[in-house]
Parts: sequence; C-alpha cells; structure tokens
Amino acid sequence: MNPIDCAAHGLCAELLPEWVSLDEWGYPAVDDQPLPAQLVKDAKRAAAACPTLALKLLHD
Amino acid sequence: MTAWTPSAQRLLTGSGPTRKEHEAIHGPLSMPPRTQLLDAVEAAGLVGRGGAGFPTARKMRTVAAGKNPVVLGNACEGEPASSKDVTLLTRHPHLVLDGLSVAAAAVGARELHLAVHAGSPALPALRAALAERSEPVTLHELPVRYTASEESALVAFVNTGTAKPLFTPPRPFEQGIGKRPTLVNNAETLAQLALIARRGPAWFREVGDREEPGTQLLTVDGTVVEVPTGSALKDVADLRDKQAVLVGGYFGTWLSAAQAREVALTHRDLRAAGGALGAGIVLTLPTGSCGVVETARVAAYLANENAGQCGPCFNGLPAIANAVRSLAVGPWDDATMTDLDRWLGVVPGRGACRHPDGAVRFVLSGLAVFADDVAGHRAGRPCAGAQAAPVLPVPSGAAA
Ligand SMILES: Cc1cc2nc3c(=O)[nH]c(=O)nc-3n(C[C@H](O)[C@H](O)[C@H](O)COP(=O)(O)O)c2cc1C
Ligand code: SF4
Repeated sequence: MNPIDCAAHGLCAELLPEWVSLDEWGYPAVDDQPLPAQLVKDAKRAAAACPTLALKLLHD
Repeated sequence: MTAWTPSAQRLLTGSGPTRKEHEAIHGPLSMPPRTQLLDAVEAAGLVGRGGAGFPTARKMRTVAAGKNPVVLGNACEGEPASSKDVTLLTRHPHLVLDGLSVAAAAVGARELHLAVHAGSPALPALRAALAERSEPVTLHELPVRYTASEESALVAFVNTGTAKPLFTPPRPFEQGIGKRPTLVNNAETLAQLALIARRGPAWFREVGDREEPGTQLLTVDGTVVEVPTGSALKDVADLRDKQAVLVGGYFGTWLSAAQAREVALTHRDLRAAGGALGAGIVLTLPTGSCGVVETARVAAYLANENAGQCGPCFNGLPAIANAVRSLAVGPWDDATMTDLDRWLGVVPGRGACRHPDGAVRFVLSGLAVFADDVAGHRAGRPCAGAQAAPVLPVPSGAAA
C-alpha cells in the first residue's frame, strides 16, 4: 500500500472489506499480515481496481 | 549554573575553518585501505548521529556490496532546536569533508554529495573549505522544510529537484541517487569517521558508553556541547526550577523533571524510558511555562511541515494539532479528547516516511507528562503559564 499514490477512492475497502478499513478521511488502513488464502482472489481484484495502483500484493 | 559538563573535546577542539588550521589540530589524513576502514568503523562501534543511532558500519557494508555506490552527507539539520551540525560545519568544515571522503573510500564511491539547508549560515565556511580541496563534492541546497532532510527526500532532490520523501523500499542504501546504492550519513557521523580513520577504533572507544561509544554533540537549550555518550542528563543541563525536559527534538519525547534526573544520554537508555535520543537535542521547560501550550505550538508546526503526500498524515496531523490546541487554550469539549485519542491511534505507521509517527510520539509524551495540566484546563483552570514566553523554537513563518 503506497500512501503517496493513494487518493482515497476507497474501492479497495469495498472489494476487500475483511482486510481494509477506511479512516474518517477515506484513507485505507491495511493489515499487512499475510492474507488468508480465501481472500487472495478478492485482494487481486482490489489491487487491480485501484485507480492509482497504490495497492499491491507482495508474494510472500 | 550548577550543571557540570563532562568535558570531552574531540570534534570541537579549537577552531579550524582553514585547511592549515585543521591540519594543525588533527594532522593530515592518510586514507587507510578500504577493508581496513570498514573493519575500523565496525570495531569503533560508531552509531549514526542523525537521529536513529543506526550502526554506521552495517550501512556501509551493505552499500559497499552494491554496484557503483554514492555517498551523501546530510548536513541539513532540519530540527529547529538543533545547531550542532551548523556549529561543526562553521568551525570545522574540513573535519566533515574529510569524513565524507572517508565514507566514500570505505564503500568505494567516486561520487560525493553534501546537502545543506538553503541559506545555511555554514555555507560560506563550507564553500571556502571546498575551494581548498580537490575531491569532487556536489553541494545541494535544500528547501527549508522539516521533511526535506529525510534521507529519501534528499535522494529525490538530487534525482528530480523535489525534496519530498519517497515510498520505501527501496531504501537509499539499496537504490538511491541515480538508482545506485547510496550511503547517507549525518554531518557529525562523518566528522567522527574522520577521527576514526586517523586514530583508530581503540582510541575512539576510550570515552563514552560501551555500546554506543565516543563523544556526541548535544544542543542544550540552544548551546552546543560535546560530551561522552552516556553522560547523565542532569550533568549536561541545568534542571533547577524546571518542570520537564524535551529530549530528542520534535520527534523526541517529554520527560518529567524526575525522569530527567535519572536518565543517561544513550539511545538505549532513552528508548527504555519510552523516549528517543534523536539528534541530541535537550530543551528544558521552566516551572512557569505551560507544557500543553508548548506541545500545541510544536504540534501545529509539525502538522504544517507535512509533505502533503499521504492522507493519514496531511489529514491526521492538522486534526491532532487543533485538538491539542484546544486542550491548551480552549474551547474545551468532551469530544476533543475522544477524537484526539482515536487520531493518535490511527495515524502512526501509515505515511511513506516516519514524520507522522514522530509527531504522534511527541504529542503522546506531552499528554502523559502534562496530564495534570490538561485535567486542570479541562476543569476550567487555565494555567498562568499559557501567557509565558515561548520556550520551544519554531521557525518564523510557521504556524503559530
Ligand atoms: C522527517 C525527517 C527529517 C530528518 N532530518 C534529518 C536531518 O536534518 N539531518 C540528519 O542528519 N538526518 C535527518 N533525518 C534522518 C535521515 O533520514 C537519516 O536517517 C540520517 O541522515 C542518517 O544518518 P546517520 O546514519 O549518520 O545518523 C531525518 C529523518 C526524518 C524522518
Ligand atoms: S508521511 Fe507525511 S511527511 Fe511523510 S511523505 Fe507522507 S505526507 Fe509527507
């Protein structure tokens, strides 16, 4: 999650609510623990949907 | 003044702005071979003097292992209450420049950069010293902003002309100037290197703390002193009629007067006390002043200095600063404290650089040390100190 590129579109929180919550200014707080396997697909969609490509998945 | 300053003059011995004076004090520098230098820095146990206290040899070895490395001296001294680096550069510019060459020799760099704040009072001495030397040092004048001297911001300035922190990794020691591994060291760290290259690690360790050896420069209420690392805070600052002490600058923490009487000035001891040594800044707060008002003024300064890049920082820090201000001078309402507690929890760790983390740490320590004053203000007893003259310096032009 690159906080410089993030522009608070909030799509990530919509597509990956289990892992991303928005603060009161609309910026995401992302848990940087390893993702459980069942969330990886949603996470990939969230990363792809980010208009500024601020969200990236790291392979372990 | 009852304070006794343990004297340990190494860096600040005499005054040697010209090369001749400099060599009369320290002797000429004959550069040891590269592996010997790295071993000497490691054996000396030098830790960085720019704030984080990171072991210098470890950073050097990483950079030395990379391709075509670069060195960059950080002489910006962005902390408003610090003047150790400008003192060093004005009185002993050749010591810092020797150190830059030592750093370059240690990592095998042929490109040397030095960054200072635009308009720095040290510029004339530095330019004159550079004119007396043959190394190709590129001098950079950075905009005077708190976050501009963070290492990735310096690298960004050299690469693009804009001094804003970058999203890391890669850190500068991995990929910095021109995408090459870049060693960034503070001006005082460099000056210490110049002495280690001349006199060796055993000499270096003769004074100071075992784990963080040598001498260190401190700025105590605006005065620069050189003391052994690990000196007691009560021996370097006059604590009579003081209610609290800010150690570590505006990324540091407030200590109560009682804590201040106990603490030794090492990174280790201050961390154990919940604080940070930072770049060796000590500011004492007289009993007649209001710590909440002082904390609020600096919080506003830090909020104003954010680089405007990361949402949690450019939204969170001004919100925090406004809340602290109302704790200091009103208007008070119960939601303020709830909001402030929440913001102090959500902001840290979410910026590209550690600016928001440092600002939050500073505010949290103020709320803890001045808890009674906050409670008093809340109960409708504004303290007399609110009218006292400001103690913590913020640059003019910054938010009041
Ligand atoms: C917001 C911010 C401002 C900083 N300003 C300075 C500075 O003015 N001078 C400095 O030496 N280090 C500063 N630092 C620390 C540098 O990023 C870097 O860690 C340091 O120059 C490394 O030197 P050292 O290893 O010799 O301590 C700053 C860090 C942050 C997060
Ligand atoms: S965290 Fe704040 S100061 Fe650091 S880069 Fe982001 S906006 Fe700038």
